Amino acid sequence: MPDLIRRPQIIRSAPAPAIVADDFARLVLTVSADAPETSESAATVVLPSVADAPNLIVPLAVWQARRDELLARNAEGGKLGVSLAPGEEAEALAGDFAHLALIAVEFPKFVDGRGYTSATLLRRLGWSGEIRAVGDVLRDQFFLMRRCGIDAFALKEGKDLNDALKAFDDFSFTYAGAVDDPRPLFRRVHRGDASLDTGKSS
Amino acid sequence: MYRYDAYDHAILRQRVAQYRDQVRRWKSGELTDDEFRPLRLQNGLYIQRHAPMFRIAVPYGLLSSTQLRKLAEVARDYDRGYGHFTTRHNLQLNWPKVEDTPDILEKLADVEMHAIQTSGNCVRNVTTSHFAGIDPDEIADPRPYAELLREWSTFQPEFAFLPRKFKIAVSGSTRDRAVTLAHDIGLNIKKNAAGEIGFEVLVGGGLGRTPILAKVIEEFLPWQHLLTFVEAILRVYNSYGRRDNPYKARIKILVHALGAEQFRKEVLEEWANLKDGPSTVGAEELERIARHFTAPDYAALPASDARIEALKASNPAFARWVARNVHPHKQSGYAAVTISLKDPRQPPGDCTSEQMEAVAELADQFSFGELRVSHEQNLVLPDVPVSALPEVWEAAKAKGLSTPTVGLLTDLICCPGGDYCSLANAKSIPIAAAIQERFSNLDYLFDIGDLDLNISGCMNACGHHHVGHIGILGVDKNGEEWYQVTLGGHTDGVKGRETALGKVIGPSFSAAEVPEVVETLVRTYVAQRHDDERFLDTFERLGLAPFKEAVYAGRRPAALNTSAARESTHA
Ligand code: HEM
Ligand code: SF4
Repeated sequence: MPDLIRRPQIIRSAPAPAIVADDFARLVLTVSADAPETSESAATVVLPSVADAPNLIVPLAVWQARRDELLARNAEGGKLGVSLAPGEEAEALAGDFAHLALIAVEFPKFVDGRGYTSATLLRRLGWSGEIRAVGDVLRDQFFLMRRCGIDAFALKEGKDLNDALKAFDDFSFTYAGAVDDPRPLFRRVHRGDASLDTGKSS
Repeated sequence: MYRYDAYDHAILRQRVAQYRDQVRRWKSGELTDDEFRPLRLQNGLYIQRHAPMFRIAVPYGLLSSTQLRKLAEVARDYDRGYGHFTTRHNLQLNWPKVEDTPDILEKLADVEMHAIQTSGNCVRNVTTSHFAGIDPDEIADPRPYAELLREWSTFQPEFAFLPRKFKIAVSGSTRDRAVTLAHDIGLNIKKNAAGEIGFEVLVGGGLGRTPILAKVIEEFLPWQHLLTFVEAILRVYNSYGRRDNPYKARIKILVHALGAEQFRKEVLEEWANLKDGPSTVGAEELERIARHFTAPDYAALPASDARIEALKASNPAFARWVARNVHPHKQSGYAAVTISLKDPRQPPGDCTSEQMEAVAELADQFSFGELRVSHEQNLVLPDVPVSALPEVWEAAKAKGLSTPTVGLLTDLICCPGGDYCSLANAKSIPIAAAIQERFSNLDYLFDIGDLDLNISGCMNACGHHHVGHIGILGVDKNGEEWYQVTLGGHTDGVKGRETALGKVIGPSFSAAEVPEVVETLVRTYVAQRHDDERFLDTFERLGLAPFKEAVYAGRRPAALNTSAARESTHA
């Protein structure tokens, strides 16, 4: 059986940062280097039933290989998310947005920063639904992730959710434009003064 | 120089608070070592051989006297009373306590300084020429653009975890003194036929294990597009740069693998999405920043000063110092002065708190309170009235800061090496000291003339050995420290021959042999040079052979069999 990862609680950054209950299960193909014949493939992995896991996140390869089955689950009332691994192109999902309840961006290791670009590009492609960071997701990256359009955070197992909530307050101002506000600071406020500008919106 | 506004201050204060909390959580075990590591690195904190190493940013090499005094204070209160200026304009402390680093940062924030992104796989401190703004051959001042990039890259959210570190250099002169070809992105300011400012954009340079010179991917990028174009480059790199092997993760490897032309295509394709978007820089923003870099209040001074000429004639020591350490200035009656950190009694680039305070004082008295860090690991007083040169000289001399050797053999660039660095194959500071001792005769040094000698303790090339006229690289042979010598590298910066990588002369040498080897190379040059030829010119005319012959003549054949110096591969 494939691994089904569940996080009964995740963090959402909008409308205000909060811990919320969640019932998605994320399917991960089990890959065994020692016994490759026991590894699962996208084509053959057993998908859980809608009853077992109504809300399911699958890797991009599974979505591409098993599209019809997954759409059938949607028809039965399931919800579907697809996860992008580092190196997988956001464009691969561009035509599929209508079928998806969320898109997950994988951070297998938090130092692998490709997910920031994936999230940025998903937003540019017009995806306005949930983007969920999954994997090695730690509070010290929340601020950056949120700026790149990630709005849901499946915190790494064992980390304190309440503590993590504080991370969104790390900075009140930012220099560069990003997904959350494409304007750089110099277009948001009047710069160059000794006190903060209260005139323009921020 | 650039002064913070309320936003810069607010961002920096919050950074200090964020980092203080990260240190606290690491101490309490909430953050594992692995989780804390990239966080502390992005704040300049390495854990080294004996102690942590803490790298403080000196953005594009500019310091005020107030900032230098603060560095002196921090080095005295939290370290052993000295710091090390690096080839990337930064200051490293070698012995701070991890627990103290938040307090150090708090103090630095008082004077608009920090250690943000001085390490880690992110966009690092932007560098430029130490003569920016005063160079007679300057096309435009690079500092406003460097500041634009500093702000843009500070906590830019998408590129904090790149495949590898990322270094940007900006040059504003016809002669490139920022070694733009050895950077991930090099920006050379140009003017087009209409007199508008833009950049020649180079990508994919770097030294390290696989030295590669950057390739031009855009001939003329109008300055308004600086940020969007750099963003496009970084997005392509972040998406496609290799992450499986840290030695192959720099952008130079990606550019090399794709080919510059294909890389350029990818960048232009991405840029089409960003061009003319909100990150396009407007005149208002450029002016806001450029206002900080206007010329100081120069006095109208005569171009030459009879008193100085007379002193030069009567005092050869002063004349020597003027010949090497005083540089032309675009303002009549002013000069730039190099405060040498190459006194043989101290490791190259090291500076004590007392010396820093003395230099700060000199800057206040004679240079509008400002100074620079050069990539040759010296300090520069940028705006000194020529008439004040004798006083500056005397004061510098009193503190061991007047070594008159700028650009000469003993003005060497040297990394911390095995004495401090845990990646080192070999020590570099004692090699520098031995060479400086061997070449202590100033008449001889002046006769040899311009010669860049650069030393790195391992393949990472922090001491720029690849681009030294003579490069010395520490290698590990069966657990012993050996040194490989390269010849013919340079950073002349002249259009068409900006930078070259040195060629390996042959089998490596023991530490004890190195000064003699350098001596032999120099003697070969002196014997063969034509009038006015530098070491480098003679080398380029004659090639490796005569130097190689001279160095290996009379050596036992056994020594020649060890060329396969084992290169250690620790991370
Ligand atoms: C003592 C702690 C230091 C450590 C652990 C360290 C580590 C490294 C490493 C691993 C690289 C190779 C990066 C790569 O090829 O991807 C490198 C390159 C470099 N470092 Fe350091 N370094 C240290 C100190 C310094 C110092 C003191 C300087 C300046 C004197 C410096 C300046 C540079 C430069 C200029 C490069 C070459 C950049 C390039 O490859 O393009 N580093 N360093
Ligand atoms: S070149 Fe090597 S030994 Fe020298 S500082 Fe860099 S990593 Fe350390």
